[in-house]
Amino acid sequence: MSGHDHGHDDHHPDNHFTDMEARVKALETVLTRKGLIDPAAIDAIVETYETKVGPRNGARVVAKAWSDAGFSDWLKRDATAAIASLGFTGRQGEHMRAVFNTPDTHNLVVCTLCSCYPWAVLGLPPVWYKAPSYRSRAVIDPRGVLAEFGLALPADKKIRVWDSTAELRYIVVPERPDGTEGLDDEALADLVTRDSMIGTGLALSPEAGR
Amino acid sequence: MNGPHDLGGQHGLGPIAPEKDEPYFHAEWEKRALGITLSCGAFGAWTIDESRHARESLPPATYLAASYYEIWTRALETLLKRHGFVTQEELDAGHGLQAGATPKRILKAEMVAGVLARGGPCDRPVQTPPRFVVGETVRTKNFNPETHTRLPRYARAKVGVVEAVQGSFVFPDDNAHGKGENPQWVYTVVFDGGEIWGEGADPTLTVSIDAWESYLERV
Repeated sequence: MSGHDHGHDDHHPDNHFTDMEARVKALETVLTRKGLIDPAAIDAIVETYETKVGPRNGARVVAKAWSDAGFSDWLKRDATAAIASLGFTGRQGEHMRAVFNTPDTHNLVVCTLCSCYPWAVLGLPPVWYKAPSYRSRAVIDPRGVLAEFGLALPADKKIRVWDSTAELRYIVVPERPDGTEGLDDEALADLVTRDSMIGTGLALSPEAGR
Repeated sequence: MNGPHDLGGQHGLGPIAPEKDEPYFHAEWEKRALGITLSCGAFGAWTIDESRHARESLPPATYLAASYYEIWTRALETLLKRHGFVTQEELDAGHGLQAGATPKRILKAEMVAGVLARGGPCDRPVQTPPRFVVGETVRTKNFNPETHTRLPRYARAKVGVVEAVQGSFVFPDDNAHGKGENPQWVYTVVFDGGEIWGEGADPTLTVSIDAWESYLERV
């Protein structure tokens, strides 16, 4: 596949040839003509993160942690290995840590210094995760941040913010919702949103997930 | 460096504005920017630490106004020029004008799955035992290097507790500048919100960073 055509998306009214389109096109052209990059490799990278590596991976990890106490314990002790056992490895997931929400404590993950994010389990980060507002505020005003996601925690709930300043990548394991007894792992995974694994949301209730 | 990237605790940067059902990419060029950046990373000419430093070295007004793929692209141009792969004249012309440096590796389509699945682990053995133990109270150093560091400003000269010894990893402050990997132990250090933000801090808040050993001193 070599669908690296540019500027043919008619769905955006402001889809003129922007500065960044021109800049990136020039860069790709120079590098390709100098034999330094393979445009088909770019297609393969994009395809990987559009279709193969995304938050469904993380949802499977969380669902298994909910349904399998042995796996949950492994995930606490050695998240990289436990996650790899489900087939999720690689770039920006080399050194994983899983942090578990409890009735007492809610976990929230940020990278104040850049955009570190557990790609292997969550895929590419959303724009807001990489943007200055979230990165500046998550560490000083997490309740205000969570309110903007529609999440109001009890006033006495502890909030732990994990700033990903090194090469460890964090996934939050949200609390298992009530009323999910008897659901299989696939049905449980349907309740696990991307935001619940960052900490800006909770897992869905079975009614909401349906 | 005290650059525009070091954002923890800054005010005035606006609402979060999460986008419902956000697509992975908002424009075709973002896809190409991702793929080009990863492809050029495969050259083996620079480290992730050098690339992070190139991003945070963008002019602050540019950095704060740019989307992340724009930040990546601008920094990538810097790296490609610095390491002799392209010239500004070539970028301006939009085609190659002269031979440049030779990469250690060129990423071909058939290599992509393997390269992404392997990633780039940066844990490395060190010969000395960890200097700090879990439960120990430590203070982060106060320093303001003009060079790359991963100790954010808000967490400098603060007292916290070692919560975990996470293993030993490449030291980015050196590695970003070609001074070698010089691995060190990394610790998760947790601070009370009040220690970091003082008056008015959320009493339910704790914040942790992952800190290389040389960022820490005994209290």
